[in-house]
Amino acid sequence: MIKVNGRDFEWQEGLTVAKLLEKKRYTYPKIIVKVNERLINKQQYVSTVIYDGDDVKVIHLLAGG
Amino acid sequence: MNAKEVLKGHKSLAEFRYELGQVEKGYTNRSLYINLSDNKVESKPVTDMMKEKFTGGKGFGLWYLWNAVRPETKWNDPENEIVISSGPLGGITQYPGSGKSLVVTISPLTGLVIDSNVGGYFGPLLKFAGWDALEVQGKAEKDVVIFIDGNEGTVKIEETPIEEKDGHQIGEMLTEMYAESEDDKRNISVVTAGSAGEHTLIGLLNFTFYDVRRKVVRLKQAGRGGIGTVFKDKNIKALVVRFRGVKGDLNHPSDISRINKAGVRLHKEICKFDDVQNKMRQIGTANIIEVMDEYDLLPVHNYKYGSHPDTYKIASNVFIEKYITQGKPDGCWYGCSLSCAKAADHFEIKTGPYRGQFVTVDGPEYENAAGLGANCGIFDPQYILESNFYCDTYGVDTISFGTITAFAMECYENGIINKEITGGLELNFGNAEAAMELLHQMSRGEGFGLIAGQGIRRMKRLFVEAYGADPKFLQDIGMEQKGLEYSEYLPKESLAQQGGYGLTNKGPQHDEAWLIFMDMVNNQIPTFEDKAEALHYFPMFRTWFGLNGLCKLPWNDIVPESNSSALEPAKIPEHVQNYVDLFNGVTGRVIDKEELIRQSERVYNFQRVFNIRMGHGKREDDKIPYRSAGPVTVEEYESRRERYDQQLIELLGYNPEGRTTEEKIAVLRRHREDQYEKLIDAVYARRGWNNNGIPKINTLEMLGIDLPEVIEAVQPYL
Repeated sequence: MIKVNGRDFEWQEGLTVAKLLEKKRYTYPKIIVKVNERLINKQQYVSTVIYDGDDVKVIHLLAGG
Repeated sequence: MNAKEVLKGHKSLAEFRYELGQVEKGYTNRSLYINLSDNKVESKPVTDMMKEKFTGGKGFGLWYLWNAVRPETKWNDPENEIVISSGPLGGITQYPGSGKSLVVTISPLTGLVIDSNVGGYFGPLLKFAGWDALEVQGKAEKDVVIFIDGNEGTVKIEETPIEEKDGHQIGEMLTEMYAESEDDKRNISVVTAGSAGEHTLIGLLNFTFYDVRRKVVRLKQAGRGGIGTVFKDKNIKALVVRFRGVKGDLNHPSDISRINKAGVRLHKEICKFDDVQNKMRQIGTANIIEVMDEYDLLPVHNYKYGSHPDTYKIASNVFIEKYITQGKPDGCWYGCSLSCAKAADHFEIKTGPYRGQFVTVDGPEYENAAGLGANCGIFDPQYILESNFYCDTYGVDTISFGTITAFAMECYENGIINKEITGGLELNFGNAEAAMELLHQMSRGEGFGLIAGQGIRRMKRLFVEAYGADPKFLQDIGMEQKGLEYSEYLPKESLAQQGGYGLTNKGPQHDEAWLIFMDMVNNQIPTFEDKAEALHYFPMFRTWFGLNGLCKLPWNDIVPESNSSALEPAKIPEHVQNYVDLFNGVTGRVIDKEELIRQSERVYNFQRVFNIRMGHGKREDDKIPYRSAGPVTVEEYESRRERYDQQLIELLGYNPEGRTTEEKIAVLRRHREDQYEKLIDAVYARRGWNNNGIPKINTLEMLGIDLPEVIEAVQPYL
């Protein structure tokens, strides 16, 4: 199990940031991703592996019209 | 007849000459007052007290209106005013989004103050013509045009024979009429309503600017709350301002280099990041249509659902590829490189009085596509653009129209109203033809359009009294609060956004607070105290744009690189500092980000007290329809059964196994309604209000807004 934005989310072997965003359908482009408080750049989404127990934050910067 | 010939038929009722003024540090230090009942025109001083306590823009509007009306004043009483003011930063050309006008009046829908923030050139040109605000009171006997010539120093009230009633026609005619040449058209801005303002309570105002590249008059809308209806009731055909000579330093700012630096920073960000962030320069706010659908937030079928399989048909790429002209610098004021005032050019109209004509349609904005389209189950871009055009030119608020039509459709599908009542309109979800005809009826003042044009609150009353509808059901599904229709986001799964809509001063418009992602997706504000803090900070921060003649969009529809490491990324701290720099750079005052919030708090609390003085503004007025908080019907619950069942288990320890959907709805409802009440408690406490939503004396004192008449208004409730 991992935390995504403070909520439990089932972990799977081989999970990366890119796969997590796909699973959560987080498609919005203005996001900040942090894994265990470490900022992950967009270029690293595919290569950054998420491990069981990690704390992931996906902060969407959308504040409406 | 051409426009110049029509002008000869104008009859002068009054002419007022004034000394051309100079803007000093963002202010002209005077306002123009016009009373149409006796054609009185005068100059009023803008005092230091006004600048200190109300800043400008909406703040000035509220102060003038407060002094003009009584607690008993109705929207159509002569003493009601329409006040238009930009604000001290309005008209600067260095920073994107700096040409806004704020319009304030007593709303026909709510009976409260409504304020609307609108683009176009009127506010800045008014200021450069010598006036911080325009205050129009009284009623003319016949249609009049008020013409302010900011180079000659004249104000004229003229009776006009113009028969045209629709916004795009009047805008074009008066631009032609008062411009001395083609080149002079850019110096004209016209404010006008439309034909539906005569027949509905949801009339809007169009503010024009002349698009020199397209050579057409563009329309921007002060949409919410029926300001156009008030305008028509005063028999105003149009307000026109002309000012020749706009340049970057006309505000005579205290420190122009500070403004320039902030502007350069933002222009660079927009240039570098807009294409990979929001694509505002390609499609404006409509970039989020598919985002809202993806996150289950797009209102569908009168806010029952948050997404629909057909949304791809009205996704932003459809408008970009097929309709919206690309590559134009579409700013609604000089210097706005965010360029979100998009338009569909050479768009052929298929129905109604302008059928067969090719027009320029301003839009679509997100709210148009969501409200006119998805919320009514109409996934047709041609319909969205055409109804957008007609709403604008008829002077109908697209948001209210969309939400009203969606409500009428749900009532129709539930048999509450039928074909006999609608005069033959088959108002099923998805029926674009019927929806379009409803709009045309509002312009003509006919049929069911007259009923729908009264807004949801009055429709509910009528359906109960005349057609025996269940008042509880209509209260649950009628998406209005305080008399104003909801704007186009689905707040069901975000308690904070339920408050973002419900705990507003003017009614459920998202310009005060939009917290859905912070709350529902990011989970950044999990506790009541967190949500209350957000429902304090963001409404105050957003109010500030309206005090200063600014647009909200450049604040967070473009995000700087530094934001990823910011402590509070939702606030976009680097941009907040830009605004502090702009204010200090223009006015020469020294504020910091905390004082910026206090400036808003003064006005925000004053507006709350204004509502109280008008007999509202209390806890009971902040109740919300249950559709905005949770599933009303079985089909709604079933559409998200897994999610709701899970919540019953996790949040309430309630086992949904073997329970009927109705039972589960009831349990969930009790929980969600209780949560909303707890939210209200927390927000009122954070805002310094008592448990009934009344600002406490010490709150007013702390903010320096403890004027005797303000204290007098709240005293009976404390």
